[in-house]
Amino acid sequence: MKGRPELYTSYAQDTAFLNTRPKRAWTGALVAFALLVPFMLADDLLMLLATGFVAAIGAIGLNIATGYAGQVSLGHAFFLAIGAYTGAALSGDPDGRVLGFGVTSLPVWLLASGLVAGLAGLVVAPLAVRLRGLYLAIVTLGLVFLGEHVFREWTSLTGGPGVGRPAAVPELFGVRLDRPSEFFTGPQQLYLLMFVLLVIFGVLARNLVRSRIGRAFAAVRDRDLAAAAIGVDLSRYKALAFAVSSFYAGVAGSLLFVVNGFFDPGSFGLLLSVQYIAMVLIGGAGTISGAVMGALFITLLPRVTRELPAVLPFVSSDATGAVTVFQVEAVLYGLLIVVFLIVEPRGLFGIWVRVRNYWRTWPFSY
Amino acid sequence: MSEFLQSLVRGLGTGSIYALLALGFVIIYKSTRVISFAQPAFMLAGAVLVSYLTAEVGFFVAVPVAALVIAVLALGVERTVLRPMIGKPVFVVAIITIGVDVVVRVVTNAFIGLDVRQVGDPWGLDTVSLLGVDVQQRYLVMFATTVVVVAVLFAFFRFSRVGLAMRAVAHDQEVALAQGISVGSVFALSWAIAGGLAALAGVFVATGAGVDQQLWIVALKALPAIILGGLDSLGGAVVGGLAVGVVESLVGTYQDGVAPWLGPNFALVAPYVLMLVVLLVKPYGLFGSREVERL
Repeated sequence: MKGRPELYTSYAQDTAFLNTRPKRAWTGALVAFALLVPFMLADDLLMLLATGFVAAIGAIGLNIATGYAGQVSLGHAFFLAIGAYTGAALSGDPDGRVLGFGVTSLPVWLLASGLVAGLAGLVVAPLAVRLRGLYLAIVTLGLVFLGEHVFREWTSLTGGPGVGRPAAVPELFGVRLDRPSEFFTGPQQLYLLMFVLLVIFGVLARNLVRSRIGRAFAAVRDRDLAAAAIGVDLSRYKALAFAVSSFYAGVAGSLLFVVNGFFDPGSFGLLLSVQYIAMVLIGGAGTISGAVMGALFITLLPRVTRELPAVLPFVSSDATGAVTVFQVEAVLYGLLIVVFLIVEPRGLFGIWVRVRNYWRTWPFSY
Repeated sequence: MSEFLQSLVRGLGTGSIYALLALGFVIIYKSTRVISFAQPAFMLAGAVLVSYLTAEVGFFVAVPVAALVIAVLALGVERTVLRPMIGKPVFVVAIITIGVDVVVRVVTNAFIGLDVRQVGDPWGLDTVSLLGVDVQQRYLVMFATTVVVVAVLFAFFRFSRVGLAMRAVAHDQEVALAQGISVGSVFALSWAIAGGLAALAGVFVATGAGVDQQLWIVALKALPAIILGGLDSLGGAVVGGLAVGVVESLVGTYQDGVAPWLGPNFALVAPYVLMLVVLLVKPYGLFGSREVERL
C-alpha cells in the first residue's frame, strides 16, 4: 500500500514492534547515531553516557513494576545492591580481601546477578500481593533500610562502609573490556557494551509488555479487583512483575559500578531509590523509551550543573561558597520532580508525543 | 531491672518524637489520602529555626514561634504545590512531596553549615531520679509534651467545629463538600498542623544532641510507626510511635547480649523488622481500617 503508510492490512502489521515507517526510520537513525558517538566524544563523557545506559536498564525494570503493573516500589536500591554484590562476588578475585569466585565471564555473572535479584523479588512478592498503594511503598522502603544494615555488617562480602570492594570484571571471551585494546579505548568499549545491553534489555522489555503478560500487568495496574474478575491471576502477575523488575535491577546493579570499578555499601540508600523513581516519572511512567530518556536525563544532570559556575558567577564550584554547585544540583533535582509532575505528568515522553503530534498535523495546529 | 526501666523510659521519650511525627503523617493522610514525605524537611527546618531564635527570645518562646512559622510554611507548600494535584494518582503526589523535601532540606542545610547548632534547651543531659531510676529529664519532657499535644488534638477533632469538618473530609470528601465544608481549607489546615507537629518533634530530637545535617533521618522512623498503627488511625500513630521507640531502645540495650550475630546498630532497623512482621499478619496495620473493595 504505497503512499498510505498508516493503512494496516493485517493484525500482525498493527501490532508490529515498530509499526510505522517513521518509527522504523527514526529508530534506525538513532541507533546509527549512538554507534557513531564513541568516535566523536571525549572519554569522560562516554563513561557518563555508559552509566546512563546502565541506569536506563534499571529504570526500565522499575517501570515494569511501577509504570506497567502499578506496584509502587521504593525498594529498587535494594535489588540493585543484590545484583551488584552477586556480580562482584562471582567475578571477584578468589584470593582477594573480599569474597570472590573468579568467574569473570560477563554473560555468566550478568545473568546470575539478574537471577539472584529476581529470586529476591519473588521472596518479597507475597507482601506485594497483600499490600497495595502507599503501604507497599513504605514496606519496600523498609527493605532498603534492612539491606543497608545487612550490607554494612557483612564485611566479608561488601568490604564494609567507606572501604568497599572492586566491581564486577567486564570480560567477554577472555578480553577485558575496561582496558584499551588495539582499536578502541576502554571507555569506548564500555560505552558500546552498555549500549548493546540496553538495546537487548529494552527490546526484551518492550516485547514483554506488549504480550499477554504485559496486558495482564496493565489490567492489574488499572484496577486489580476488576482484573481478578476477568480472570487475571493477581498473585501470580504481581509476583511476576516484582521478579522481572528485580531481574532488571540485578542486571543494572552488577553493571552500575563497572565504569568506576569500585563501590561501597553506602551507595545503596534511599537516595538511589528516589533517583530511579525520578527517572521513571520524569521520563514518563509506563513507557520504555520514557524510562531511557529519564535515566539519561537524571544521569547527565550533575554534569550540566557543574558547568553552571561559568554562566552564573555567584554559584561557587567548591564546597565553601554561599551557593555551591552541590546545593544547586540538589535543589534543581527536587524542583524538577515537582515541576515535571505538576506541569507534564507524562514526563519527557509526553513532551515528545506533543512534538510529534505537532509535526504530524503541521501546518494546522489541531 | 533498673537497666530495663531506664531503657523503657528512653524508648518512650524517643517514641514520643516518632508519635508526634507519625501524627503529622496520619493527619495529612486522613484528609488528603497522601503520605507527605516532606515531614523530615519540616522537622529539620523547625529545629534550625529554634536554634536561631532561642538566642534572641529564649527557648520557651522560640518553640511555639518556630512551630507556627513551619506550620505557615507547610500551608504555603500545600497551597502552591499540592493543591494543583488534587485528583491525580496518590503515588505521583507522594513523589512530589519527596521533591519538596529535597528542596526545603537543601535550603535549611545552608543555614546549619557544617557544625552542630544547639537549640539551647534548658534540660540538656541532666538526669533526675524517679522511683529509684535515673532518667534524663528531656525524655520526661518529651513524653509529657506528647501526652498534652495528643490530648489537645483529640479534643480538637472531637469537640470543635473545624475538627468535625476534618473528620467529615477524612470520611468522604465528596459528601463533605456537599455539606458545605471547604475541603481545600481542610487540606491546608491538616498540612499546617502536620508542619507544626514536625517542628516540635525536630526541637525534641535536637535537645541534648544539637542540630546537624543528618537530623532529618530520624523522621523516617515515623514511617514504620504509621504502617504499624495503620495509615488512617490517629491512635494507631501514637501507639505505633511509642512502640517503635520502645522496641528500638530495648533492642539497643539487649541485642548485644542475646543475638550479637545481628551486628551492631541492629536497633536502627529493628522497627522495620517489626513492621514487616506485623504486616504479614495484619496488612492494614494494627488499627488501620480495612479498605472496602467493590467493583
